[in-house]
Amino acid sequence: MKKLLEVKELNVTFPTIDGEVRATVDMNFELNRGETLAIVGESGSGKSVSSLAIMGLHNMARTKITGEVILHGEQKSTEIISASSETVRKLRGKEMAMIFQDPMSSLHPYYSIGAQIAEAWRLHNDGSFNDGMARAIEMLDLVEIPSSTKRAYEFPHQFSGGMRQRAMIAMALVNNPSLLIADEPTTALDVTVQAQILKLLQTMQKEFNMGVILITHDLGVVAEYADRVNVMYAGKIVETAEVEDLYYRSMHPYTMGLLRSIPRVDKIDNGRFKAISGTPPSLINLPNACSFAPRCEYRSQVEGNLCSTGQPALEIKGEKHTARCFLSLNQIERARA
Amino acid sequence: MSQPILEIIDLKKHFATTSGPISKSRGAVKAVDGVSLTVMPGETVGLVGESGCGKTTVGRTVMKLYQPTSGQIFFDGEEITHTKGRAMKPVRSKMQMIFQDPYSSLNPRHTVSQIVGSSFEIHGINPEGGIKAAVQELLERVGLNPEHINRFPHEFSGGQRQRIGIARALALKPRLIVADEPVSALDVSIQAQVVNLLDDLQRELGLSYLFVAHDLSVVQHISNRVVAMYLGKVMEEAPTAELFARPRHPYTKALLSAVPVPDPRVERSRERITLQGDLPSPANPPSGCVFSTRCWKATDLCHQAAPEILEISPRHKVACHFPE
Repeated sequence: MKKLLEVKELNVTFPTIDGEVRATVDMNFELNRGETLAIVGESGSGKSVSSLAIMGLHNMARTKITGEVILHGEQKSTEIISASSETVRKLRGKEMAMIFQDPMSSLHPYYSIGAQIAEAWRLHNDGSFNDGMARAIEMLDLVEIPSSTKRAYEFPHQFSGGMRQRAMIAMALVNNPSLLIADEPTTALDVTVQAQILKLLQTMQKEFNMGVILITHDLGVVAEYADRVNVMYAGKIVETAEVEDLYYRSMHPYTMGLLRSIPRVDKIDNGRFKAISGTPPSLINLPNACSFAPRCEYRSQVEGNLCSTGQPALEIKGEKHTARCFLSLNQIERARA
Repeated sequence: MSQPILEIIDLKKHFATTSGPISKSRGAVKAVDGVSLTVMPGETVGLVGESGCGKTTVGRTVMKLYQPTSGQIFFDGEEITHTKGRAMKPVRSKMQMIFQDPYSSLNPRHTVSQIVGSSFEIHGINPEGGIKAAVQELLERVGLNPEHINRFPHEFSGGQRQRIGIARALALKPRLIVADEPVSALDVSIQAQVVNLLDDLQRELGLSYLFVAHDLSVVQHISNRVVAMYLGKVMEEAPTAELFARPRHPYTKALLSAVPVPDPRVERSRERITLQGDLPSPANPPSGCVFSTRCWKATDLCHQAAPEILEISPRHKVACHFPE
């Protein structure tokens, strides 16, 4: 497999009056072509912020970004953080594309669906508006929108939620990108439509051999589609693993807590949820400690109050498996059982 | 068997659509079209379905926030179908609502004390020990710090705000709570806390819930019985374990199979039904069975005649010509 994306020591910080909000802290990961990496976390954990940084979409006047994001394109590799906005603009929509949660607010209400897809194509290709429309219709066919020749001339409000998301996918893929970031692509949709859209994304990924970053809070969706998973908490990756390892051999108390606290449709249980107590911390002026420690039920097992006085590093805990936790492997095994 | 706390018979709620301010009605959106259900004391009934299926409208019509178009609503044996305004007040103190969005359902300019205490004032009740003490007791009961009584909603997190909403609903010691998507705006780790709280309160106070939600896994956890709706009609109703283990209506089956399971091996090996197309518009529902346009078993009969809802096994009702 070919390496597509490398993220090294990525930090995204928003200076505010109350202090610095460290939305993403020391993020490292890699993505290969054809692979799906899920980024899981609760709201405010930094999953969207980091993907916007990868796409070069932050307002640099108000954001401090350090680190490296290297995109290995067909011809050459580019480092995105230090690149000029001109360079990034040429890559965005061509080499890398993104789809968002709410298709209604990401489509322009005054332009027809076809015209918007055509515009995305014409930004990176030489061709007339009509060439663009022809390409748009082709794409709408690909994402299985019925009577695409007619539908291309319709407006976003004439599409249902699921169809709008299909149109967004068509627009994102019109230039054959090698990297697709899908930020909560199905959260606004009903489950039956969610199933359709995820299936479509999977087909498209095979067809274009894309690397996909799937940002979601739904561990069910992750179980179904991801190859690898990054779990984020309070701006940091706290665990990375292949999908099966994450579910069956989780190494971080937060991941364990999450997996225990979600109900499943396939298992009848009427006991109490094993909820994680407390709430995620504010990202302003985080103390020099494990961010999850105040909610962690195993912190007393670590000697010397280490969890409240030091930050655990992302350590290797197994094959392709890392976690940010002071617990020893034995202690983790016991916690999981 | 005791008397149901809530009984709805053939409830319909149609919203008129017009083509302009002075023009004639063009027809009606049949948001709820003949729904019957009962909630027994101490029971939780889950009302599930996709957006636009009418589940929220059922909840709001039960609370008499909407006037029903036809049908009957009984609360604790008393008919409230046509009860309105002032006459509704004594009933409202016994049934309360929890809303989905903890941000828009609390007045940002009121303190917690005003939000929770207003129920007492509106109903002219003087709780023992005064309103302040009563509010503090309620806050403690829902797991909030009673000292935070003078704080404003923006000082709380989403999960805490939902707890304030729950405290407000509990203030008048209601018997029935209509919970409209009470946890869907919350993060998963917080969701579990709030569901546990609802569970505990039910056990302690003998509450009944009409739990309206689209998240089937949460509904499965909290409900005794589940009613599945599609386009304003009830498709299937059964005790929770039965419905989740053996769904008989093709829609329920598809709905259940669409919910992803957080377990990679189960998820990747199980068979799933992917429904084609989208929910039709409730302003223009298909003829015959409303689900026939997306159903893989539909025949001519389904397109022509709407199936009656029938009890095909004890306590298991299905509206389908060809149940599984």
